[in-house]
Amino acid sequence: MDTLEKLTILTAAAKYDAACTSSGAKRSPKKGAIGSTSSAPAGCCHSFSSDGRCVTLLKVLLTNRCIYDCKYCVNRRSNDAKRAAFTPEELADLTISFYRRNYVEGLFLSSGVFRSPDDTTELMIKTLALLRERYRFNGYIHAKAIPGASPELIERLGFLADRLSVNIELPSEAGLKRLAPDKSKHSILTPMRQIQCRNRQSREELVKYRHAPRFAPAGQSTQLIVGATADTDFHILRLSQGLYDRYQLKRVFYSAYIPVVEHALLPAKDVKPPLLREHRLYQADWLLRFYGFRAEELLDESHPDFDTRVDPKCSWALAHLDFFPVEINTADYEALLRIPGVGVTSAKRILSARRVGPLHTNQLQKLGVVMKRAQYFLTASGRMADGLHFTPDSLLRGLIAAEKPLLPEPDFEQLSLFDPVTA
Amino acid sequence: MEAVYHYDGSFEGFLCCIFDIYQYKEIPAAIECGGEKAFTLFASRTVETDRSHSARVLRKVSACAPGAGKLLWHGFLTCLPEKELHLYYFVAKLLRDGPAFLQDRSDKTLYPVVRAVQHLHGEVHLLKGFVRFSELGGVLGGEIEPKNRVLPLLKSHFCARYQNERFFLYDRTHKEALFYAGGHAVIQPLEHFQMAPPDEAEARYRILWKRFYDTIAIKERYNPRCRMTNMPKRYWNTMTEFQDEDYFKPQTHPEDAAIPAAPAARFVPGTRQEPGPSAPGSDP
Ligand code: SF4
Repeated sequence: MDTLEKLTILTAAAKYDAACTSSGAKRSPKKGAIGSTSSAPAGCCHSFSSDGRCVTLLKVLLTNRCIYDCKYCVNRRSNDAKRAAFTPEELADLTISFYRRNYVEGLFLSSGVFRSPDDTTELMIKTLALLRERYRFNGYIHAKAIPGASPELIERLGFLADRLSVNIELPSEAGLKRLAPDKSKHSILTPMRQIQCRNRQSREELVKYRHAPRFAPAGQSTQLIVGATADTDFHILRLSQGLYDRYQLKRVFYSAYIPVVEHALLPAKDVKPPLLREHRLYQADWLLRFYGFRAEELLDESHPDFDTRVDPKCSWALAHLDFFPVEINTADYEALLRIPGVGVTSAKRILSARRVGPLHTNQLQKLGVVMKRAQYFLTASGRMADGLHFTPDSLLRGLIAAEKPLLPEPDFEQLSLFDPVTA
Repeated sequence: MEAVYHYDGSFEGFLCCIFDIYQYKEIPAAIECGGEKAFTLFASRTVETDRSHSARVLRKVSACAPGAGKLLWHGFLTCLPEKELHLYYFVAKLLRDGPAFLQDRSDKTLYPVVRAVQHLHGEVHLLKGFVRFSELGGVLGGEIEPKNRVLPLLKSHFCARYQNERFFLYDRTHKEALFYAGGHAVIQPLEHFQMAPPDEAEARYRILWKRFYDTIAIKERYNPRCRMTNMPKRYWNTMTEFQDEDYFKPQTHPEDAAIPAAPAARFVPGTRQEPGPSAPGSDP
């Protein structure tokens, strides 16, 4: 089989993994080595595929042969799919050639479980070692840690990669039992804990010895599939929060389930992927990481799922109208961040600009505030935006209209737009 | 008295305009470079570029506030219409009122400049990803069509990334190219440039990349609008994945496969002179 065909099979098999960033790693250029990852902290998108997702890394599987039988996965053993495998040499050459042409920022290497978790991990290590040692590749590498691989091998993998990830995929143990019988909560959380401890230890050593080897310096991430199981948004968001708090994850990715197989335990094949739900979870995740929100503030047992009509921050604001309006000339940073339409950057700009003189509402747009949303929730020197009149009902409609052009599923959204407000 | 200022188009030249405006205590009606001098009712001044003058202006501006010199330089690289006048107003306000207004992005004088600089930085950031190189005869070459003059800001990124390579990057809009070899980089004007067709190996990697690009998309999530927002169409012109069939065909007669010799031949490792604007703070 030639490289083009392998690339086609092993890319198609890897495309459902949402993680594709090169963020969080600093590799300064080294003499005699190729590449660096010292660009912007947000990572660097090299292209966008026709589904609008960022393409940063050469994202492929080493092989799509798999001894496991996860029901939701195209690569499961029982699926009648064409199988292929890269040789480490082939993949190293592809990575370097793509990198030199500035097609990608590096490699995202994942794999089906070939023979055993240890055998698979050894093959991955061989590929990465070839890249780092023979080709002196100094770009970004994200590698998947295979649940069940021995700690020694994960350790080696971590010294070659910038980021490691273990995908949880199914947000509950019940889901795992039913749909991924070969995996367990334990087999997933064990390598996560190991990566967390090893990463912390390595950072401590770096403080003492500047040249200590670095273990997964860009930390670890995971992915949760949304919509394959009955888990609520509240359940998923609390799980993410726990992962950020207790495992110091850098990112949790959410992936709307795309029915690739017909199976009694899974949504039917004609069910559309829940893209809007995925979008709401990303928005809420952002609120957890940068805005000081807690999952329990956004959802609770009686409201376990996000409002499809407005984003989670607006939704919180509508439920806490007594918190508003916020006076932007005096409010502290945390309070500014609670205003819909005010982000991290614009909040900082407000703090800076108001030192020069009192701010008026007509300046705020220039500071980056999205007034279409923010105007309802703030005052400047005691005054709201000129000519603004609204009722609770028109407020909701205004917020829905402001976000509508930005949504991933415009058609879907139209259906729910005129639903009764009690939904 | 109002006057129209003409300069040579360089950053230093522009700084010398500011120097002269203060010298003559005049109000500039326009600050222009290149082309025929249009007939105006204003006095016309042709500014000689004098590096001691430009250095003094830059030192003065930089001394007013940290970052002010850099903002001035970056502002000069933008495609803001009448950028010279906007930047002059910015300097005049800085010297007259002090640096307090720099804290307030919504300030009338500052806003157009920071907006333009933000646009420049946005374009630089996108291009770090969207630039495509081809390998021809051991040299990497690429082309871009930016709105702003991005090469001075892309320089350090690509030189670090391709430390041990030889490469060039041609800016079709501003007709200049960044050359890098043996640890040295220069940006030079280049009127015409035509990329040579690919050889077998280059064509093969183009095909592999195109296939990867087409395969990685999930058809159930097809969303061209989102792609366009993130990657405006004006960048597609120079990106491998959007070229037509011919781009993927190797050159069949090896003897015709001239290397993009024009720029490659210009490599003069060892000479380190830089005609582009020098970084503020590093006064010559
Ligand atoms: S182990 Fe991974 S590749 Fe194999 S079936 Fe499960 S999810 Fe798919």
